[in-house]
Amino acid sequence: MPRSVSKGYYIEPRLLSRIEQMNASGGKKILKTWSRRSTIVPEMIGHTLAVHNGKKFLPIFITENMVGHKLGEFSPTRFFKGHGAAKSEKAVALK
Amino acid sequence: MARIAGVDLPRDKQVHVGLTYIYGIGRALVRQILKKSGVDGTTRVKDLREDEIVKLREIIEREHKVEGDLRKEVSMNIKRLIDIGAYRGLRHRKGLPVRGQRTKTNARTRKGPKGMGKARKTIRTV
Repeated sequence: MPRSVSKGYYIEPRLLSRIEQMNASGGKKILKTWSRRSTIVPEMIGHTLAVHNGKKFLPIFITENMVGHKLGEFSPTRFFKGHGAAKSEKAVALK
Repeated sequence: MARIAGVDLPRDKQVHVGLTYIYGIGRALVRQILKKSGVDGTTRVKDLREDEIVKLREIIEREHKVEGDLRKEVSMNIKRLIDIGAYRGLRHRKGLPVRGQRTKTNARTRKGPKGMGKARKTIRTV
């Protein structure tokens, strides 16, 4: 079930303020964030955010199509490496 | 012959069932459409008068997205998810359930027949 409209979308206040700061100063830096639950808002378009997946930060370039999704949707927490031991090269391909 | 949105309606069915042969129109939409057009849903498709057919066709083609357009919209939505690299897109790409269902067992609708491996893609038509 989607979030109530009256509440509005959720975004980590700290993350948003850092992005607005960057927009104001015209800087382009990869921001690291743990906030997978934050909604992607139009202000983020064109930035690259490094979203934690529990182990490391995966860089995500935000495009217009992504607005409305959550950051966590683009940073998978599990990588399926196939069954059995023999498939090790395939596992490498999936990184 | 009642032909609406590029689909021939089955001649011997009652209208409220016959209209559901159009992709994108189910029982609920049929009810709305019939109410709006004033056509009796229990008449057979072959007994429809020409003006009734025109009326139905007009309502459906003006107000509802059906058949090709609808299919296109659905596949574009899926394509969008895949292109932006969202988790749901990855699930679509792999042909696994998208909404967090278990896959240890079941999930046969998405995964295709048991033990088919990669060959399943040719059989399943989505």
